[in-house]
Amino acid sequence: MWKRLRERTTPTDVVMWLIGAAILVLVIWGSTATLSGGKYSSSHWFDFVVFGLAQGSIYALIAMGYTMVYGILRMINFAHSEVFMSGPYTAYYVAAAFYSSGFLDRQPILSLIIIFLVSMATSTVIALLLERIAYRPLRTAPRLVPLITAIGASFFLQYTFRGLYGSGFQAYPVVKILEGEWMFGEFRILKFQAVVIVAAALLMAGLYTFIQRTRIGKAIRSVSEDKEASSLMGIDVDRMIVTTFVIGGMAAGAAGVLYAVMFKQVHFFMGFVPGIKAFTAAVLGGIGNIPGAMLGGIFLGLIESVGPTLFLDGLGIVAPYQLKDAIAFILLVLVLIFRPTGILGERVAIKKA
Amino acid sequence: MKQAIKIGLIGGVVEVLLSLIGMIEAFSQRDIISHIISMGHTLLLLVVLFIGYLAAKGTPGRKPSWVLINGLTSGLMVGGGLALLVTMGGMMNLRKVFINASPLLYKLLTFDQGRNEGILLLLGGGVLSGLLAGLLSLAPSILRRVLIVSLGSVVGAGVLQDLLRPTVALWGSLAVVNEWLFSSNGLTSHGAIGLFALVTASSAFWAKKGNVIRSGLKSLPPARQRALKITALLLLIALLLGLPQLLGLFLSEVLTIIGLYVLLGLGLNIVVGFAGLLDLGYVAFFAIGAYTTGVLTSPELGFFNLSFWGALPFAIFMGVLSGVLLGVPVLKMRGDYLAIATLGFGEIIRILVLSDFLRPWLGGAQGIGKIAKAHIGSMELATPQQIYYLILAGCLLVGFISWRLRDSRLGRAWMAVREDEDVAQAMGINLSSTKLLAFATGAAFSALSGAIFASKLGSVYPHSFNVMISINILCLIIVGGMGSIPGVLVGAFALVGLPELLREFADYRLLVYGAALVAMMLLRPEGLWPEALRRRELHEGESTKTESVSGSESKST
Amino acid sequence: MKRLLILLFILTLPVVHFVMSPSPASAQGKSAFKVEDPMGVVRVKPGEPIHIACWFVVAGPDASLGTDTKRGVEIAIDDKGGKVLGLPIKLTLQDTGCNAEGGQAAATKLAADPTIVAAIGSSCSSEARPGVPILWKAGIATVSPSGTSPDLTDPTKRGREFDGFLRTAHNDNVQGAVAAEFAWKQLKAKRAATIHDGSIYAEKLQAIFSETFKKLGGTITSQEAVAPTDTDMRPVLTKIATGKPEFIYYPVFIAAGGHITRQVKEVRGLEKVALMGADGIFSPDFYKAAGEAAVGMYHSSPDFSAFGAGYKTFVEKHQKKYGEKPIAPFHAHAYDAAMMIFAAIEKAAKKGPDGSLYIGRRALRDALYATKNFKGLTGNLTCDKQGDCADPRIAIYKTSAENIKSLVLPDKPFWKPY
Repeated sequence: MWKRLRERTTPTDVVMWLIGAAILVLVIWGSTATLSGGKYSSSHWFDFVVFGLAQGSIYALIAMGYTMVYGILRMINFAHSEVFMSGPYTAYYVAAAFYSSGFLDRQPILSLIIIFLVSMATSTVIALLLERIAYRPLRTAPRLVPLITAIGASFFLQYTFRGLYGSGFQAYPVVKILEGEWMFGEFRILKFQAVVIVAAALLMAGLYTFIQRTRIGKAIRSVSEDKEASSLMGIDVDRMIVTTFVIGGMAAGAAGVLYAVMFKQVHFFMGFVPGIKAFTAAVLGGIGNIPGAMLGGIFLGLIESVGPTLFLDGLGIVAPYQLKDAIAFILLVLVLIFRPTGILGERVAIKKA
Repeated sequence: MKQAIKIGLIGGVVEVLLSLIGMIEAFSQRDIISHIISMGHTLLLLVVLFIGYLAAKGTPGRKPSWVLINGLTSGLMVGGGLALLVTMGGMMNLRKVFINASPLLYKLLTFDQGRNEGILLLLGGGVLSGLLAGLLSLAPSILRRVLIVSLGSVVGAGVLQDLLRPTVALWGSLAVVNEWLFSSNGLTSHGAIGLFALVTASSAFWAKKGNVIRSGLKSLPPARQRALKITALLLLIALLLGLPQLLGLFLSEVLTIIGLYVLLGLGLNIVVGFAGLLDLGYVAFFAIGAYTTGVLTSPELGFFNLSFWGALPFAIFMGVLSGVLLGVPVLKMRGDYLAIATLGFGEIIRILVLSDFLRPWLGGAQGIGKIAKAHIGSMELATPQQIYYLILAGCLLVGFISWRLRDSRLGRAWMAVREDEDVAQAMGINLSSTKLLAFATGAAFSALSGAIFASKLGSVYPHSFNVMISINILCLIIVGGMGSIPGVLVGAFALVGLPELLREFADYRLLVYGAALVAMMLLRPEGLWPEALRRRELHEGESTKTESVSGSESKST
Repeated sequence: MKRLLILLFILTLPVVHFVMSPSPASAQGKSAFKVEDPMGVVRVKPGEPIHIACWFVVAGPDASLGTDTKRGVEIAIDDKGGKVLGLPIKLTLQDTGCNAEGGQAAATKLAADPTIVAAIGSSCSSEARPGVPILWKAGIATVSPSGTSPDLTDPTKRGREFDGFLRTAHNDNVQGAVAAEFAWKQLKAKRAATIHDGSIYAEKLQAIFSETFKKLGGTITSQEAVAPTDTDMRPVLTKIATGKPEFIYYPVFIAAGGHITRQVKEVRGLEKVALMGADGIFSPDFYKAAGEAAVGMYHSSPDFSAFGAGYKTFVEKHQKKYGEKPIAPFHAHAYDAAMMIFAAIEKAAKKGPDGSLYIGRRALRDALYATKNFKGLTGNLTCDKQGDCADPRIAIYKTSAENIKSLVLPDKPFWKPY
């Protein structure tokens, strides 16, 4: 037993384990130091977790788009961040019109629904255009080529929207019914955060059932397993790919409005950072795997919110929130060292990555 | 006809988009030909010509009357799109949403003639340009090519006027050309006509006699051919050495920037192009090279105060070391998992050098200043014209190394890993060491580039090392042709050089860059100068044909 | 073969010409009317334009900073009627990317163009460090509207190569210290926290604030940092809340500033804390981004109460020309920089008998440095020996609900240190 283990272990494995162990030790050491410092009460930790969940559910919704497109086309849709940006940025003009006419305050629910629809529709249109112009002609090209068109399309869309709407910040009007907080004993939750978390959870649950239960969902899954076999079974592969882009675009558009409700600012560059984070989340969960994307998003959101305080504050490191992305990526590498295909994505990825 | 309408509609949408994002207005301040046509109007015209040409070319049967009608129809649609925009703009205030829909834009679109006349002008202009494009597509191919080249050079000279003028001014008595060709804004009209005629004549001459010259060269006796090749090589060397003097300050600066990216591209080419390991965090090693040089040489931090040459080996060593260290954890990851893990490394390095936590050692947000310049003897390499030689030497060295590596045992092992890891392992290739060597070599090149970068700038800041640099390098090696060494050069000229030259179109630089990336990949998925092997893979069916073409190309260049 | 040789000959021609011909600098002095200048003379023939160049960041994530200043310059040119001394003004712009390498490339491009009379820029201090020496070597003086780092005008840190650098932006040293004095003396705050976004500007301002505040006897509970692209500030604010500060100073830019301002009130323990930003977020666009949450917030900014009317008409012109309100803080500084340059050109230029305008580069630089009591939008500008031209009178402004509603900056300072 020992002998076999020794024979199969290479020096690089040892180094890898050492790196993993070192990170773990640091994490545990930092956490104990912070917790024993007693600076933070349980309600503080509750706050951190809620902040992380809200941010994470937005990442998760965007990550769905990445992961579904990856599942079906095996490509990183780098321009998905611009799909995310285009929706709420366009819907802003509707929201602003509603606000100035007073409709938003009179009929908040109805206005929110319209804003959601406009945002989702715009994002979907952009996603469809992307698929048609930049990706479809390259379906048989080597893997990196569509990645480059995606990067190009991402630049193009960013600066097109900047040209159209201007390079300033636009502030989303405040929806009054979403302001304020609910208290549960000493624990507190902001209303819009609760709404964001619940809405994202509902959307994701809906999407998941759609993919798992409906005929179209099954067809999509079958196309991601094997395109040729599916087309032999009478599935219209092109249509399924288009459908995937529609679903991804809708999810991104919805995520965009949730983002706008939570942060109240839109800008032509707003997609870039959430896009990279969501992509990271998708990979973390196991790319191509829908529950994995959700899990990855939530995990990433939590790490960003809780991580810097929990791991670093106790070690006396100054300005820990500056390092939050570094923490997130180090933990990502840690996860990938032990699970090289993400948290949930074992079989799928080994076969096709 | 239906096709023509469709193409025309797309063209109309493009023109409206160009107007609404402010490109037409911004470009209207500069003239291509002084007082005759502005850059904005040229852009409008070029789009409509292109659309008309596309529509005319796609005519089934190519019956002349239908070709013309199709060109005309599409031109009308394009003009109609703009006319619609002008009409809409007259009826409501589009500016509430589209900030660039300003009164000035409408004035430009209607050629300052009032709304109704302007709309008629737009429609008429569209029809006329469409017709012209149709005629162009009917013309014999030699004539068409010559016309396009000459028109292109006039527009190009107009666009690059601020660049050409100072450069030509350097060339002693040739500087009189400036007076003749350029006014203070745009080409002079006689200059434009002269340039057009000159280019037309010379390209017509080449189109007619080019083949004769080429075949004449080929039929020379072998000894003469060799002599010719050697002369050409010597000339190339002389040109490379004389380039900075010839091109002046700014173009030399552009060359040095391209050179730095060539170094980076050659490094990433080994990791991605040869070994097939998708690395999105390549900027990390660039940063490590730059910061090592900074920390070792800067008197601002005052740790070591080495000279540039003293710090350079350490910079490269740190690059290699970190290449291996960062390589180990990702050995087992594949494809996109690798991509995101490396992207993470790039970000981690940037965040660490920025952090307040490491500030006493790395300078934090304020960066590191007063980094040592390179010295040769007592001469300091400070201006771009001097640094050019340093970078040229680096590029030649690294290019030579990667050329030799490509055909070595290691290079073949990398390519085997790229094609199929499992098979490569089964054939007895040690995956770990092969991959680590790829990471280490790539990192060494990148660190070298970083060290020169730091010395060239004299200061380093964390913001210079963001993820966009990694992405840009990746784009350039793929646009150049993955795995191809000359491709890196071509890619760097196209994706780094051109945006540098177009710095003054700042607002729209990245927009055009993005559109160009998409267009280039759609038209040439294998890259601008692909490796022979990959080209064969992409065109399996037509392999014999492409093979012969590539053969003749490599001889003629 | 023969043809090839001819071709080669033609190719080598420019080299030969370059080697044999006299350098262009000596050719310039030939005219009978003589204007001499150690740094060279720009000759603008009648009918030709006076070429002013900007080097700003107008693409990438920091684009709004440069776009905003570019508009300030353009409005200044409009106000001048497009002309200086009867000659049209030609404005060109190079993108700098807000990083050192972009600054170097842009500056080199400007330095290569002998028609450029003066430059406005850079946007970021990191660009100025490599860029300014290149410009000054070519004799081009440059006025920065937004490079605030103290190093750029620190006589112990800058050499002769910075002789051509001036700025209308405020030196961080001045502003950071005033903010600390205000918090300590006026608000009687004993405990303060700071946040910066990793930019040179914000990091330096908070460092000087903290230093001064500690010297006055206060306690800095924590010095935090975020990324300019961060949106969720609640976690970092929660961490700050555990130190129980009475005052938070965050001299960041609009996006991050808006998020912090809105989210402070949502974090427990910070409901009553006093907020303060610097001139980086003292603009209508920030009011838009932060909304109601900015009511009661303080800003440090030049005391332009005497010139407030000028600023108001400026904003109106801006709205008319660009369809939106100013999008970042330094447009007024850019306007002043442009106006300062025009005034200096008017002072330094000499008219030749042929109607040409001769502008000595050194003379222009000296005229710029001699700027005194210049009435600008940002106050009374007087340049010191190091090139700091901004009005040193920094005042503190307090934002009212009325300001937020009308998106207009307060017109009277709340507190003055002098």
